[in-house]
Amino acid sequence: MDIAESSIRPRDAVELSRASVAFGRGEAKVHALQPTDLRLAEGEFLALVGPSGCGKSTILKLASGLLRPSSGNVIVGGREVAARALRVGMAFQNPTLLPWLTIERNVMLPLKIVRPFRNEYRLKRKTEFRDRVHALLDDVGLSKFTNHYPWQLSGGMLQRANLCRALIHEPSLLLLDEPFGALDQFTREELWGTMQALWMKRRPTVMLVTHDLKEAGFLATRICVMSARPGRIIDDRPVEFPRPRTVEMTFMPDFVALNQRLRERIIDARSTQIAEVG
Amino acid sequence: MSYPLRRRLWAAALILGFFVLWEVLCLALQVSDLILPRPSQILATLFSRMDVLWPHILQTLWTTMIGFALGVIVGVVIGALIGTSRIAYDTAYPLLIGFSSIPKVAVVPVLVLWFGAGPLPAVLTALAMCFFPIVVNIATGLASTEPELEDVLKSLGASKMDLLLNVGLPRTMPFFFASLKIAATFAFVGTVLAETVASNKGIGNVMMSASSNFDVPLVFAGLFILAFLGVALYVVFSLIETRFVGWANRKSDFAST
Ligand SMILES: Nc1ncnc2c1ncn2[C@@H]1O[C@H](COP(=O)(O)OP(=O)(O)OP(=O)(O)O)[C@@H](O)[C@H]1O
Ligand SMILES: [Mg+2]
Repeated sequence: MDIAESSIRPRDAVELSRASVAFGRGEAKVHALQPTDLRLAEGEFLALVGPSGCGKSTILKLASGLLRPSSGNVIVGGREVAARALRVGMAFQNPTLLPWLTIERNVMLPLKIVRPFRNEYRLKRKTEFRDRVHALLDDVGLSKFTNHYPWQLSGGMLQRANLCRALIHEPSLLLLDEPFGALDQFTREELWGTMQALWMKRRPTVMLVTHDLKEAGFLATRICVMSARPGRIIDDRPVEFPRPRTVEMTFMPDFVALNQRLRERIIDARSTQIAEVG
Repeated sequence: MSYPLRRRLWAAALILGFFVLWEVLCLALQVSDLILPRPSQILATLFSRMDVLWPHILQTLWTTMIGFALGVIVGVVIGALIGTSRIAYDTAYPLLIGFSSIPKVAVVPVLVLWFGAGPLPAVLTALAMCFFPIVVNIATGLASTEPELEDVLKSLGASKMDLLLNVGLPRTMPFFFASLKIAATFAFVGTVLAETVASNKGIGNVMMSASSNFDVPLVFAGLFILAFLGVALYVVFSLIETRFVGWANRKSDFAST
């Protein structure tokens, strides 16, 4: 019966049902996220956009199991997140590579920690795992830098390595929190291409938080707009441009129109917050 | 000439110049060697009395190294405890600050009272002098992990132990080695301090008895030995530091070449 059902609808990779988050208690209580429903099918690439402080990072933390919902529940890969045997990959704006390890060793780090790889780490780090890391680094154009140290790489290259570290253990869910936020426009567009290629080749489920609407339109299969704090999802739309997408496509009328609509939704969301505060 | 080499030459020239100036001024002003002996006299004393001084040098060195080794162990354990646990940090820090701000000279009489004059009070004074910088550095190093990195690793299912072994400890190494340099010098000061107050061996004791016999060149010879040993300890631990945690300095090396 499972087979019949899953052939109709792909299994949900992430499912938030009425999940809400509040920090602190009493007077100091901050509602970060209103009860939110969000389902993500396997292989989807979701972009989360919205005003600052609306709870985007909070949603990622829920999906990673780092944060428990105050109410409702979060199911990732068919399991309650609290069970904590997830395979997620995360990357933030700050690449946080370890300065005393080479790029190769940095990317390999998750294999040293995640089960079942960690049991085989000593055995395979010089053969199978090494080849795997090299293949991935090759995909992002870093094959010449495997034995370099992080300080020898530029910001864009570090972020590529950071993406590799988030992907090396083939996570069922990839969580990206403004990973390209600190890069200049050209490097950023270059990395969109890299990210798109990685996604098309490996098809992980991705949740991307970004402030860049063009980035959301370029990468995502679906975009959710959030309201101001306490956040909830006020707009949820698919993005149907053909792939591979190019930077030139971001100047086409359809793409510009999508950006425009998203922009308006976010400006609306911000002005309601300002009205409430003032 | 490269900048580091030039810098080293200038430093050597300054030291040499200092002694030459000292020598010349003493000669010119005809300072009595009961007040301030000339460097050449001090060196002569040093060499002629080396056979007497040598056991004392060894004594001071040994005492320092034992106190230092114990201090490292105590410092690492306490530092790791308060660096990894918020509660331990909040509870223990005030006591540690209080303990470290007691002038150690004041502790020596107490130690002598308990253990008698001899090497044991010196070892303990060295320990008490040197463990605190290690505690502070280990604790800071462990506490300074970026929250994002912690999130990345925790979301992979990393345990506290994984974090400590893969991130905390390696990140703490530069702090640890930096503190070793300081701690070694502090341990040395502690030893000499205790020897000066209550002991019958060691450079501190030699200087004390020389001073009561008005053997001024010998007092200064003791000072020279102390300065030399202090610098030597510092250099040894600097070398160990560059050997083990070169990565912490590579960035600047790279930029300057
Ligand atoms: N640990 C915490 N304790 C208290 N409040 C918190 C905590 N973390 C987040 N918040 C609050 O929750 C709200 C949502 O935070 P979140 O980090 O999810 O916002 P965001 O949408 O990612 O913002 P930005 O776009 O600026 O990164 C914020 O208003 C913040 O003040
Ligand atoms: Mg955020």
